[in-house]
Amino acid sequence: MTGEVSAGDASAKKVVIVGAGPAGIAAADALRAADHTGEILIFGEERHAPYDRPPLSKQILAGTWLPEKAQLRTSEQLAAADVTLHLSVRVASVDVEAHQVTLESGEQVAYDALIIATGVTVRVLPFGHQLEGVHVMRTLDDALALRSHMETSQHLAVIGAGFLGAEVAAVARSLGREVTLIDPLELPMQNVVGDEVGSMIADLHRHHGVNLELGHGVASIEDNLGRATGVTLDDGRTVPADAALVAVGARPAVDWLHSSSVPLTAPKEPGAGGIRCDSSGRAADDVWAIGDVAAWWDPTLERHVRVEHRMTANEHARSCAHDILELAPTAAKSVPYFWSDQYDLKLRSFGLPSRQCSFHVVEGDLADRRFVAAYTDESDRIVGTIGAGMFKAMNWWRQQILDGQTLGEALRLKQSAENSA
Amino acid sequence: MRIELDQDACVGSGNCVVSAPDVFDQRDDDGIAFLLEENPSAERESAVKEAEAMCPALAIRVHKK
Repeated sequence: MTGEVSAGDASAKKVVIVGAGPAGIAAADALRAADHTGEILIFGEERHAPYDRPPLSKQILAGTWLPEKAQLRTSEQLAAADVTLHLSVRVASVDVEAHQVTLESGEQVAYDALIIATGVTVRVLPFGHQLEGVHVMRTLDDALALRSHMETSQHLAVIGAGFLGAEVAAVARSLGREVTLIDPLELPMQNVVGDEVGSMIADLHRHHGVNLELGHGVASIEDNLGRATGVTLDDGRTVPADAALVAVGARPAVDWLHSSSVPLTAPKEPGAGGIRCDSSGRAADDVWAIGDVAAWWDPTLERHVRVEHRMTANEHARSCAHDILELAPTAAKSVPYFWSDQYDLKLRSFGLPSRQCSFHVVEGDLADRRFVAAYTDESDRIVGTIGAGMFKAMNWWRQQILDGQTLGEALRLKQSAENSA
Repeated sequence: MRIELDQDACVGSGNCVVSAPDVFDQRDDDGIAFLLEENPSAERESAVKEAEAMCPALAIRVHKK
């Protein structure tokens, strides 16, 4: 059975969404908001009702929110929107030419439009994960397991000082645990925030009593009768740890697509192994990809970009819903956004800052942790900002990214605005 | 139309301020959004709906009266 619809009747298309995370749910919302009336089926492999991920390493781990507060939609809300959600179901493959997906059970499901929103899968170490006390953090079950384990553990080793690792280290300190934060790079979050902001974050963790082991890889995880007892660094020292979080990144969940004609970007090229999409999220005939798994063509940067940001999921969802329904593209052009809460620092970033950019503090003072920093490319164009404690100013700088402004021009604009004020 | 804003969930993205600047504003020090208008007029609906859809923290709910 196929749900083939005639041209001009895009609003009746049968849409299958693979992935019940924020991107998948937002896509269903966006379709209905744009008056789509056709069937919507969502397949999610987890057992939980759809939930939001950013709170996992923050409020859920800290125990200040119950898991229900992170829930994206109740079954009543989905039913009211006439969206059919199948949980604990893994989609095994897709046949683009035949317009159908095959579930792990062997059942085949036809579609008029397919939206792939399978997100990312955690990377793991080649050792240690079989031990009791060694955790990863991607799902709600992961967060609850770490939270539960931390109730009885004394010393947490966090392997990987990216956002996730840094946030978990902060939460664990606030819960009174001894924390060691380990990373082969010299500073936390260094690849994204660069040396200056990275140093500030390192100082913040030091100030809160975190033992920083930066510039070190991990050689092995020690155990006693299957329970983790310590993490051995590449210089041979062992730091005590009766709990460990491995937070060494994630990769696109695309293994199920290797047998299909859905195109992927190479892991080390722009797009970082994500599904290769055009600037509307279209990957193949009647196939779209959104959220963390999707590498959309960015016409401004002239390359594929895959961004693991919560807000990108919403933007992709709205844009692809309009494309599926053959409506005019969504007008609102936005910039990538991420936030990271560590202790009382609320770090906010717009655009795509990176360690390779030139760094300029343009408002406030880094030492006060109240600042806006601009990250510029080789032609002085502002490609990203990171700031804290100055939200009005951050919004102004965000607009400069949208306008493709150079730093020189932005500073002149700011000066003349201040002179006329 | 009535707007419900969960300040405990708000992450200070400022999206709502960009989408509907006459309905939302945000505190300068922590970015938490607040309402300028709890019951905006009907012509604000599309802007407010956009703010609801784009909020990365799902902190905005628009209730139709």
